[in-house]
Amino acid sequence: MEETKSPIMDRIAEANKSATTGIDSKDIKEWITIYIMGRGYKVPADLTVLTAMEYAGYKFVRSVGCRQGFCGACATVFRKKGDYKLQADMACQTRAEDGMYLVQIPFTPAEKASYDLTKEDYSPSVLIKYYPEVARCVSCNTCTKACPQDLEVMDYVQAALRGDFEALARDSFDCIQCGLCAMRCPAEIVQYHVGQLGRRLYGRNGLGAPKHLEKRVEEIQNGQFKKALDTVISCSDEELRKKYTAREIEPE
Amino acid sequence: MSAHEDFKLLTDGMKVPYFPGCTLKTTARNFEESALASARALGIEMVELPRWNCCGTVFSLSADDLIHHVASVRNLIRVQEMNKQGLVNENHRLVTLCSMCFNTLKRSNLRVKENAEDMKKINDLMYREEDYQGHVEVVHFIELIRDLGFGKVKRAVKKSLTELKVAPYYGCMILRPKEVSIDDPEAPTIMHEMLQALGTEVISTPYNKVCCGSYQTVQEKSTVVELAHEILTHAQKAGAEAMATTCPLCAFNLDNRQKEIVEKYPGFKKMPIFYITQLMAIAFDLDKKFYGFEQNFVDPKPLLKAKNLLKQ
Repeated sequence: MEETKSPIMDRIAEANKSATTGIDSKDIKEWITIYIMGRGYKVPADLTVLTAMEYAGYKFVRSVGCRQGFCGACATVFRKKGDYKLQADMACQTRAEDGMYLVQIPFTPAEKASYDLTKEDYSPSVLIKYYPEVARCVSCNTCTKACPQDLEVMDYVQAALRGDFEALARDSFDCIQCGLCAMRCPAEIVQYHVGQLGRRLYGRNGLGAPKHLEKRVEEIQNGQFKKALDTVISCSDEELRKKYTAREIEPE
Repeated sequence: MSAHEDFKLLTDGMKVPYFPGCTLKTTARNFEESALASARALGIEMVELPRWNCCGTVFSLSADDLIHHVASVRNLIRVQEMNKQGLVNENHRLVTLCSMCFNTLKRSNLRVKENAEDMKKINDLMYREEDYQGHVEVVHFIELIRDLGFGKVKRAVKKSLTELKVAPYYGCMILRPKEVSIDDPEAPTIMHEMLQALGTEVISTPYNKVCCGSYQTVQEKSTVVELAHEILTHAQKAGAEAMATTCPLCAFNLDNRQKEIVEKYPGFKKMPIFYITQLMAIAFDLDKKFYGFEQNFVDPKPLLKAKNLLKQ
């Protein structure tokens, strides 16, 4: 992200307002002040933290992704007016509020272990081998409080500690890897990497081969989809566009 | 009514909250499986806490180090939740098997019960949990059995362990400090009584509560080798053929370290180390799958076969 500093950049940001927010400042009645890295900005009320920052003139290179609350790229840390609690969430899913102090966390520095799943034992010691700091957990639950996905993060760290791969995979399944748990952990555990290793080990060893996949591979090998694929390949650009537009779309 | 039926009436339907701890789910599964099955044979259902975390591992002695008691207290809150959900019919006891978990949970419990300020600070740190009210009592499995009466264990024995010479090994975590001791910390008898009820010939040795070396096993393996060698050879001199314990760390030091003991003392004869609950499972004639001998380092099967306690 870059803060616009020169008058020229300010003018560019001003011109971009309607493009980034979709509204004209003349029509905005409710305004709030938010503090981005300590500096106050007047922004329209009811924007998300992400769009409010863009309104204020920030252009995101990192710290933004899907804008739908799925990708985990736009972690934000903030305090609300009059509240001592440090909170964390996804900027694209959090409403900017008057008097809010905030900053984006574009990345959580953490070493990601390198492993070959085919060579690892399916045992609790694998988790401890790559992420020994798991054993430092004091069950303070700070990770759970930080999680924008509302996961029981501490519970899955504890599951990792005792090698309960099923619980680890289940309870960490909706993790979007934003890293906020790890930023807050006093034991310096990298919860989201532990969860990912756990899910991979469980997927490979704990679940067994999925029957539907075996069946589909067999169908492909038997040439069941060859004709349909050949038809698509032999299409002209125009035919392909026509087919694409007319394709059957999954219901919303 | 037979004595056995009388006992069943006393315990049938007893559902008590149970805290396993990490070791019982990994390297001491044989302890957990034999204990849960033996408890069932006595009509006791040990219901695992639905959401438990590490006990805290080692009781922190620092006066201002409250963070290391949070884990324990959180588990005690889980017991309250369990009671509210009607999962158990015991309203205050929490049963543990691992001696280390027992010690940590019980001491943290005492600390917050006796210190309202500590209790408040820890409760303030909780999130969606209700406050800990301080009504839980942490008990060890063999204490629970003693409360029911060892005579009743005796009546549940189907295959008496007569002629099996077993030395109980208490270690320190269930005896010290005396505030949390399950028995007289200097002259304990609780494991002796349990072994007697199972029919074994109980061998007493003054080394039955001498430190096994504990966590030195990680950094100072040789210290543990010396201590374990002393404990084991004294028991053997007194006539023991096996030892029984309730602590996974003692079990590791006395059992697995026999590998290094043999290397250092070639004359040493290996001796099986049982969890006391494994002996219960054998005496109650439960299915072999509950014995879990594959996790014992020194194989107890030859000894048990020689005593006709295990089929060839």
